[in-house]
Amino acid sequence: MRIGYAVSKTGPNAGGASITTIPNYELWVKEVNAAGGLRLGDRRVPIQVTEYDDRSLSEDCVRAVERLINQDRVDFVLSPWGTALNLAVAPIFNRAGYPQLAATAVTDRAPELGRRWTNSFWMLGTGQGAGAGLAEVLGPLKQAGRIGDTVALISVSDGFGIELANGMRPALQRAGFRLTYDRAYPVGTQDMAPILAEAARGNPDVFVACSYSPDTLAITEQARVSGFNPKVFYTGVGTAFPLFKQRFGANAEGVMGVSGVDASSPRFQDYLRRHQASAGREPDRWASAITFASLEMLQQAIERVGRIDRAAVTRELQTGSFETVIGAVKLQNNLLTDLWQVGQWQDGEFYGLVPTNKAGARQAMLPKPAWRAA
Amino acid sequence: MEAAAGTLISGLVLGGMYVLVAMGLTLQYGVARIMNLAYGEFVVAAAFAALWLFSAVGLNPLLGLLLVMPAAFLVNLLVYGILLAPLVRRAGSPAALESDSILATFGLLFVVQGVMLAAFGGAYQSYPYLSVPVTLPGATVTANRLVALAFAAVIGGGVWLWLAHTRTGTAVRAVAVNPLAAQLVAIDVKRVAALAFGAGGALVAAGGVLVSMFLTFNAAMGVVFTMKALVVVIMGGVGNLMGCLVAGLLLGLVETAVATWVDPGLTLAATYAMFLAVLVARPAGLFGRAAR
Repeated sequence: MRIGYAVSKTGPNAGGASITTIPNYELWVKEVNAAGGLRLGDRRVPIQVTEYDDRSLSEDCVRAVERLINQDRVDFVLSPWGTALNLAVAPIFNRAGYPQLAATAVTDRAPELGRRWTNSFWMLGTGQGAGAGLAEVLGPLKQAGRIGDTVALISVSDGFGIELANGMRPALQRAGFRLTYDRAYPVGTQDMAPILAEAARGNPDVFVACSYSPDTLAITEQARVSGFNPKVFYTGVGTAFPLFKQRFGANAEGVMGVSGVDASSPRFQDYLRRHQASAGREPDRWASAITFASLEMLQQAIERVGRIDRAAVTRELQTGSFETVIGAVKLQNNLLTDLWQVGQWQDGEFYGLVPTNKAGARQAMLPKPAWRAA
Repeated sequence: MEAAAGTLISGLVLGGMYVLVAMGLTLQYGVARIMNLAYGEFVVAAAFAALWLFSAVGLNPLLGLLLVMPAAFLVNLLVYGILLAPLVRRAGSPAALESDSILATFGLLFVVQGVMLAAFGGAYQSYPYLSVPVTLPGATVTANRLVALAFAAVIGGGVWLWLAHTRTGTAVRAVAVNPLAAQLVAIDVKRVAALAFGAGGALVAAGGVLVSMFLTFNAAMGVVFTMKALVVVIMGGVGNLMGCLVAGLLLGLVETAVATWVDPGLTLAATYAMFLAVLVARPAGLFGRAAR
């Protein structure tokens, strides 16, 4: 059984890929091979891996995936890291009839893509979903009079930041919130002081940053230092990373962000331990577990089919139910819809808050506790 | 009024960081005539060194400077001696040296980045050091940024004293102004250029160590620093320390002012608009002398 993937080991995507994608691919291969391999009928077939670095460039990623399919003739290809690269390679997966489990792509076009490329599976939700999720947390709190209606929103002017902000604005406005500040900043902004000073000026009750990892850390740090402590403090990518907790310790408490986990689930705890043992560090609380779940789904689909038949495996992924580290998964129209939209750091763990009826959902902690001296 | 003071302070702190990161390049490019494309990688390498000293050995980054700067000086001297000196020897003209050094250091970029990826992985890194708030009129700044600014001033002042008031410094300036004429007054241009490259490397390392206290970085971020340093150095006038200082601070102030009063989305546009304006008005940079 030959499995290949192209992933960003260098370039601007390496920061995300090396936290979310690579350790999970490695953990999965290690575990499958330790068990003797994938079960095809009554024999076990070990996995051989072919790996390429796409250098965070879509052209390189496209070339590498084409090479994996046409030249290396691997049996299955795992998806690259990130929205842009998954979109770039989707037509190639589709043409060659390989299932594509995009566990790290967030796009509002996911429903349309799932219909257009029926071999593609979009597992990280949409900016609209995340925006609606936050509105679902905050709306009732506003009605109960626990927070006011003012929101300051900042966003990074790049892919996910724009999409998340576009999801946030209408959802928050529908829930009756007012934007007192709404500005975008360029990728790689190294000093958040002026933006945060302006955002804090209207003394908003809710602060939302649709940010990337380095910005998330810089924004949180600057907010702490300048004593800007709104009742709701929400940041983007990186909030769910172990680095965030490691960097801010007790100050992470009460910070909200995209996604979350059901940390009370024994399956997740077990995954946490295995990941820690394999990679030497904890997984993030966003797409890591979903990435691993996508591999478990692929494995179960292959084993149920019992042979290397990509069309049959794709069908099984479309219709089957799977037992994974994030619980039982059944895709709806090629989308993972049952996922955490908003999470919050509570007692040193990033718990999911919304959907409120999902097993393990926590109540939002409000107001966010005051910043402490580091 | 208070808002203006806050903007001024934030701008100076940001500008100080730009100066800090760009000072090394002005020596390497201005004096040693090496357009070092791996510059940002050395900034990040120093940041990793500081992180490692801090987390594994427990040495604070300011003391770490005492180790990292001499080490970087030696490493850069070696890089110059082994990789770049042959290019300097065979280069027929400054333009040929420039294109050769760009190609060679472009390769070096991948080597340094690869070593960092192998050693530390691609993940984002950040550690808290001196991140206590300091309240100034109109702005609250972290102590580590202020310390970095102070070190930038001290190191910049030290380099200026060295350049302006010592015999070696004078030789370095002579080479920066005219390498051919410098030979006529018995300056060993090769030695001076190697020294300037090494000293530039030590400054790069100082910049990397100091910014690691407050910036989140990973192995792939070098190019960000290379670009910023290039803008600062070229805007200030290649090889001119005062120009580097003024350009860096100006950049910080403009970015902060634009982020505060216009739109944070336009900071990059403002940076490059200013860069363009300076180059149109003074093609050799703010403090550069036009080539004849």
